Amino acid sequence: MALLDVEELSVTFARRNQRTVRAVDGVSFSVDAGEVVGLVGESGCGKSVTSLAIMGLLPRQPGVQVGGKAVFDGTDLLQIDDRSRRDIRGRDIAMIFQDPLSSLNPVVPIGIQVTEVLTRHRGMKGQAAAKEAAQLLDRVGIPDPKRRLKEYPHQLSGGMRQRALIAMAVACQPRLLIADEPTTALDVTIQAQILELLKELVRDSGTALVMITHDLGVVAGMCDTINVLYGGRVVETARRRPLFRQPRHPYTVGLLSSVPRLDAGRGERLNPIPGSVRDLLPWPDGCAFAPRCARRVDACVGEPPELVLTHDGRSYRCVNPAPVPGLTPGEDVREVVPGQATPGSVPAQAVPNDPPAVPGLAAAPSEEETS
Amino acid sequence: MSERSRGDVLVDVRDLKVHFPIKRGVLFDRTVGHVKAVDGVDLRIARGETYGLVGESGCGKSTLGRALLQLTPPTSGEVSFDGVELTTLAPNKLRAMRRRMQMIFQDPMSSLDPRQNVESILTEGLQTHGIGGDRDGRRKIISETLDQVGLPRWALSCYPHEFSGGQRQRIGIARALVLGPELIVADEPVSALDVSIQAQVVNLLDELQDNLGLTYLVIAHDLAVVRHISDTVGVMYLGALVEEAPSDRLYTEPLHPYTRALMSAVPVPDPDVEDRRERILLAGDLPSPANPPPGCRFHTRCPWAQPTRCADERPELREIGGSRVACHWAEQIASGELRPHQVSVELVRPAGEGEEPSVVSAPTEPGSFV
Repeated sequence: MALLDVEELSVTFARRNQRTVRAVDGVSFSVDAGEVVGLVGESGCGKSVTSLAIMGLLPRQPGVQVGGKAVFDGTDLLQIDDRSRRDIRGRDIAMIFQDPLSSLNPVVPIGIQVTEVLTRHRGMKGQAAAKEAAQLLDRVGIPDPKRRLKEYPHQLSGGMRQRALIAMAVACQPRLLIADEPTTALDVTIQAQILELLKELVRDSGTALVMITHDLGVVAGMCDTINVLYGGRVVETARRRPLFRQPRHPYTVGLLSSVPRLDAGRGERLNPIPGSVRDLLPWPDGCAFAPRCARRVDACVGEPPELVLTHDGRSYRCVNPAPVPGLTPGEDVREVVPGQATPGSVPAQAVPNDPPAVPGLAAAPSEEETS
Repeated sequence: MSERSRGDVLVDVRDLKVHFPIKRGVLFDRTVGHVKAVDGVDLRIARGETYGLVGESGCGKSTLGRALLQLTPPTSGEVSFDGVELTTLAPNKLRAMRRRMQMIFQDPMSSLDPRQNVESILTEGLQTHGIGGDRDGRRKIISETLDQVGLPRWALSCYPHEFSGGQRQRIGIARALVLGPELIVADEPVSALDVSIQAQVVNLLDELQDNLGLTYLVIAHDLAVVRHISDTVGVMYLGALVEEAPSDRLYTEPLHPYTRALMSAVPVPDPDVEDRRERILLAGDLPSPANPPPGCRFHTRCPWAQPTRCADERPELREIGGSRVACHWAEQIASGELRPHQVSVELVRPAGEGEEPSVVSAPTEPGSFV
């Protein structure tokens, strides 16, 4: 059984006089113990909201609704009460945020912030806690940890802050670590240090890691399984190598061919995906990616595309996936799960004042497409 | 590249320095030191070429770009643009020169006035420089520019917030382009955009260069983007160029240890490449530009640092087979004679002890990663 099983997770934000936004729309994925799972997508695709929902960190307001299930080791994290959630959070599941400066308390020394976790979950106090905290900082590669404990976040550099945050996250040896864009705010050389550190931690302690990022390069080097998100849904799930070697969903294909690569030659034209993330179709009306898709067929519009599971253990949500050479289309299909969508709400990225998208439209890509 | 030897140089920067004073005190501003954001940079950009400038945050690449356009007054050094010395040019003449050199900013939302519509944004520059004669003339120029950057005509009456990020960046490019410049300094032109939109803007910049013969100085922290669009790439570290080479050569044969580390740190979206790669992990962080290490500025983090020369002699850029490298031991490292060794992390403070970090670091651009 998987360590974390997210099933049909959905998050909607409703505000008075504005239409309801469905930021996460039936996201399902699972994480095995010790596995590194990637959630990849562009801004607004729902990847961060997914992680916040799992951690129970979304604001508790009447307009915010979370549906579905997130089963961690037999308990549904969305159903439990606050007290038990606080017990689990930090001890069994920990999170690393994107911006270390804004997720550390600026007026509290690092040491107190690290020992706080130890006191809460491991019942350590005084000298013992301080000693353990120093060891943690040492483990994540912060030099001179004893002195660092007395310092405030602003006295550390960006990379060191992120290390301190990681130290807090791994303090209780959690079984699951969720990292939301852990290196986006950092420089490349520091990013390499932090990624290496995360890899080491995962390897040594058997912690499972959910890696949320927009950087396909980071994913390629780290993740075992990758979920590609678009418009609040997982559009493709595959193991690392098959995904990069043979992407099936046109969006994954488009993403991979639009990223400039360090090892490609100068002057090769990139193949961008036309349009922008805002040109999308609400899922109830068809495939959200259809307006920008190069492989669009008539069947894309009308109803949400089915989730296709293949024999080699991957899945995609597409009517007309990119073909695999030497395989007749449809040959590898194992099972088809019909796509469902609640009518009336739209993904987060859609332009606020759009006229409702017309089914069968073909005009959308024209706006931003030039090259 | 070959243009350099032909001598059709559009921009010639010699020993450019930009130092920002560090002030302390409330009533009397005492200058207690200087942040050497740019400290002695020489570079030449040939006409029609793209020069890419890469480096980590705080290395002075943005300041260099701004100083080149005289948006930040240089402390010393010379900048000549098409044979005209800009640092000593009278303000009114400099303003006229600005027509020929334009800038594209990182974050289109904060660099476009939210209360101006697109037409007004584009006309402002034309009016200032008296281009296009009457209103109809200007309209014509504007609509041609819109076609070039791939925006629809109806965009003219819209305001920046009505566009998506990629379209906004196109407006930013149109604003620079409408004056018919020869040089465009693009400071992180795509880093605020989504992956799928980045490629559109990169292609657009490429296309415009082909059609209009523009010269670019592209400043970015993303090595893959820079390599993709540049002919020549300069790598900056703590205010100085450490290596300059044709972009293919820089990738296949990085000579400076910092360039090697930088190249090996960039993730490539290909699992096979990622698994094969050997990372050169640098220890620690960028030292403070207010108090740069003596000698070679990289020696505190360099895995190849030697006991002699590195710590006390600042290396000059020298020519090695088509590249310019500022390293005493570049040949020995390239031939494998010197092996990398472990570097212990030296502690770097973002500021002087207990001081606010913002005081010491160079003025940050909106949206830059600090």
